[in-house]
Amino acid sequence: MEHIELFFKSIFIDNMVFATFLGMCSYLAVSKKVSTAVGLGAAVIFVLAVTVPLNWLLDQYILQPGALKWLGAEYADYDLSFLSFIMFIATIATMVQLVEIIVEKFSPSLYNSLGIFLPLIAVNCAILGGSLFMQSREIASLGLSLTYGVGSGIGWFLAILAIAAIREKIRYSSVPPALRGLGITFIITGLMAIGFMSFGGMLTGGDEEKKESPKVEAKVEKKEIKEAKEIVAENTIINE
Amino acid sequence: MGLLSKKDAALLTDPLADNNPITIQVLGICSALAITAELKASIVMAVSVMFVLGLGNVVISLMRNIIPSKIRIIVQLIVVATLVIIVDLVLKAFQYELSKTLSVFVGLIITNCIIMGRFEAFALGNKPWRSFLDGIGNAVGYGVILIIVGFFRELLGSGTLLGFKVLGDPIEKTGLYAIGYENNGFMLLSPMALIVVGIIIWIQRSKNKALIEEN
Repeated sequence: MEHIELFFKSIFIDNMVFATFLGMCSYLAVSKKVSTAVGLGAAVIFVLAVTVPLNWLLDQYILQPGALKWLGAEYADYDLSFLSFIMFIATIATMVQLVEIIVEKFSPSLYNSLGIFLPLIAVNCAILGGSLFMQSREIASLGLSLTYGVGSGIGWFLAILAIAAIREKIRYSSVPPALRGLGITFIITGLMAIGFMSFGGMLTGGDEEKKESPKVEAKVEKKEIKEAKEIVAENTIINE
Repeated sequence: MGLLSKKDAALLTDPLADNNPITIQVLGICSALAITAELKASIVMAVSVMFVLGLGNVVISLMRNIIPSKIRIIVQLIVVATLVIIVDLVLKAFQYELSKTLSVFVGLIITNCIIMGRFEAFALGNKPWRSFLDGIGNAVGYGVILIIVGFFRELLGSGTLLGFKVLGDPIEKTGLYAIGYENNGFMLLSPMALIVVGIIIWIQRSKNKALIEEN
């Protein structure tokens, strides 16, 4: 149950793109076509699923205050948490490189579709963000960290897939010239994020929302629902 | 401009508008959006990025001839990560509350694409002094957008600026709120940052037609 809850929470409620804006750079740059978006999305799921558990182990047994206890009692006082940025990013960069080599060796076809995105991913904030959120939210076990990694990856994948589909279709609409391209993508993402906010109370019963939005009033919520509906309508039009 | 030649000055001023890292180069969006609900956080973030980018550009530029090109990404990441750890520790020591608000986003300066982008595009091929100017220029361009977004979100969202009441009632029952104005709590939520940046891009491109993209 814990796993399922965390899984859906990381996909919908704490969606990487819409709730925390991680990985926006590649999200905006690589979302012009659905096929490339799928490739990058798959690579992100894969790398997150590998690096988050790995960094969890690193955090648990090396970086946390007192984590070095397994070396002997005299190490119990060490606190290496200030090193976590450098350790996490080094793990990520190495893992990405390693994954690239392994995939190239064993599955050339996968490498052809995924390979060009892998180097891009080392500097994707979603990956480092995944590890840092894992650390700051104090995910409890290795299994949960794997669930969290996969869930966040899928959330990111969904987001980039949706925006790529919308951008492919929006080419045929007459957007004001100055908004074309980047501008309209921002605004659509904003609207989608508002839509995703409606998942907020899905699992938690709404008690987590207080921190985010203490001042939002009923009026705003109504507007939000209206806009969410618009997005649904928009999506159905696009699907047709 | 005694100190700066014309070319050097362009390095500083270009990124402010026509080559802005956020609205034109589309770099470093993540942090620009997530932490701009308050003006103060935006300013601190802008200053941190300026420190990391200015210094990082100099370091990379000094090492540009000895970094093997195959492992340059890892070298770059290590340089940024070291600088970011310094920023993080300084923030924790002097601005503890704020560092809580910024949470993981200080760490995410490491993967802020502006930094890697400028290292790759500029510092690897230029002398330290020019790289420094380029770094500062880009960081200021980034900071300007951050501050604009933070300004509007805080002003419209909670009616304050840097924590001081701006849109209050100076004498009771005479201010804006007395005539029915309400804070738009919606501005504090993260999606509005995207829309505010979208509007900035809209305004900028309407003024400078050369920047308009083909669809």
